[in-house]
Amino acid sequence: MTQILFKDINKEGLHTMKVYEELGGYQSLKKAFAQKPDEIVAAVKASGLRGRGGAGFPTGLKWSFLAKDVFPRYLCCNADESEPGTCKDRELLLKNPHLLIEGMILCSYACQIETGYIYMRGEFHDLSFIMDKALEEARAKGYLGKNIMGTGFNLDIHTHLGAGAYICGEESALLNSLEGGRGEPRMKPPFPAVEGLYSKPTVINNVETLCVVPYIVNEGAEKYASLGTEKSKGTKLVSVSGHVKKPGNYEIEMGTPTSELIYNLAGGIRNDNKLKAFIPGGSSVPMLPADKVDTPYDYESLAAAGTMLGSGALIVIDDSVNIVETTLRLISFYMHESCGKCTPCREGTRWLYQIVERIMQNKGQLDYIEKLEDICGNMSFKTFCPLADACVAPVVSSIKHFRSDYEEYFKNVGVSS
Amino acid sequence: MSEYKFSEDQEKEIASILAKYPFKTSALLPLLTLVQRADQVVSPEAMVAIGKRLDVSPAYVQSVLSFYTMYHTEKVGKYMILFCINISCQLNGSDKLLEHTAKKLNIKVGETTFDEKFTLHREECLAACTEAPMMRVNDTYYGDLTEQRIDQIIDSLD
Ligand SMILES: Cc1cc2nc3c(=O)[nH]c(=O)nc-3n(C[C@H](O)[C@H](O)[C@H](O)COP(=O)(O)O)c2cc1C
Ligand code: SF4
Ligand code: FES
Repeated sequence: MTQILFKDINKEGLHTMKVYEELGGYQSLKKAFAQKPDEIVAAVKASGLRGRGGAGFPTGLKWSFLAKDVFPRYLCCNADESEPGTCKDRELLLKNPHLLIEGMILCSYACQIETGYIYMRGEFHDLSFIMDKALEEARAKGYLGKNIMGTGFNLDIHTHLGAGAYICGEESALLNSLEGGRGEPRMKPPFPAVEGLYSKPTVINNVETLCVVPYIVNEGAEKYASLGTEKSKGTKLVSVSGHVKKPGNYEIEMGTPTSELIYNLAGGIRNDNKLKAFIPGGSSVPMLPADKVDTPYDYESLAAAGTMLGSGALIVIDDSVNIVETTLRLISFYMHESCGKCTPCREGTRWLYQIVERIMQNKGQLDYIEKLEDICGNMSFKTFCPLADACVAPVVSSIKHFRSDYEEYFKNVGVSS
Repeated sequence: MSEYKFSEDQEKEIASILAKYPFKTSALLPLLTLVQRADQVVSPEAMVAIGKRLDVSPAYVQSVLSFYTMYHTEKVGKYMILFCINISCQLNGSDKLLEHTAKKLNIKVGETTFDEKFTLHREECLAACTEAPMMRVNDTYYGDLTEQRIDQIIDSLD
């Protein structure tokens, strides 16, 4: 299978400038600097690349939305990686920091940006040293700084650490956090491309998204676009975790059957149990039952199956589990991470938690499922940011596909657990 | 309240942190982190000192600090054990292992040992789900945990 991001990922010393350059690193800069910035934006558009952070927004289009002639502009790389199940960006940051820097230089040149930040979750403190070291090497080489490679283009990039808050992965909350505030989401519009960091036009992209750009510049948009499906182009890193024999991050061509990921790349279900359910795109997307396992792993096919590709985290659940337990854990996560700004999210997550907890304590009543659905209906699309919808996803999908798991608990009502 | 003094090394780091940003409030989280790494907690004195340095009120510093889970205002152990209990770790048995860890340390989850050596907390996903079950002790990630491995790790810390 074509490997773009993971081609050399396990090469000894890849995180150093020396090895990275020996393997062809930073070659794209010369190519890019020979073109006009707009041509790079056009190439990224033509490649069909879509954001890998969760929303899947077309990257070139996002770059072209920057407010015209307003400067300075900023680039923020979203390295907050905190969607449960997702750990692909961490592997890129740990093993291939220069690929991200190269991608950020290309994006900054294309968008005429002179300052970039890499916003990393606070728990990545150790990774920030690796990244700082790589940035230092890039400065020493003249790939960052003033008048880069004689082009007159200036750029510096800095790391910035968060301090533990899932919501800071949401792009406008990230900006507030980077400005030194509480990580609460902002009202949109204005979108960051118009008013972002310090109220200036800002590009925010996920680590993986930016890491794809050197390939597009080196090999051409057509070559990238020739990979994958008609609408989901290129390759995708998928973090496969849960009940599989070989959990890991795997790079697949878009459109690869999910079953290939689970049974081939990740070695199948552990203890040779049977697959019960899988969550294809991180904890914020609806789960699917085992009979959907052949769904091609791409944006459109997963949407047609009633879920989303999300951040590319495939969580595999075998038949030893009662889905209600898993669901409660996810609700608990969203309850904990709700920033508290909107009532349906702040209160709704708590109510969902209390009701499901009561069900699990065999204290449920039959109308509890309807109550859950009712609360979910009053949370979806009614909040400032999609965190509330993310909490609704596992609840609604678990009821839809695994109602009998809830009913197990009703059998024992009155019997204390 | 006595005045908080930054050390010489800290002053150097503060200067390089401030140089990263066009507006100094952006240095708030980095300065809180800097202080906590030295003192293990962020004291009221430190909040005042950071506020002064960045031209914001101590109340603002506190309101920001309280939003983030990684800052502590009360004493924690020398080793902060954050045990992931989110989905991929749960599926791989984290709940039992957390219980085991608490028993080994003879504390409840959320508490600090008597000798102030260990604090144990439940943690949400740490972005290492393919190595589940996993925990973070101070800055180090430990994956593929088993009861034996946890015992070894804890016994090896001094
Ligand atoms: C609650 C929430 C959490 C998010 N967490 C992350 C994250 O950890 N990393 C990330 O790249 N995007 C995250 N996103 C998506 C970002 O808001 C944004 O869409 C993304 O960073 C844009 O980059 P992309 O277009 O390259 O995907 C999150 C969104 C929401 C609503
Ligand atoms: S939906 Fe939840 S997390 Fe998002 S802004 Fe509202 S309260 Fe905060
Ligand atoms: S769920 Fe434990 S590290 Fe992600």
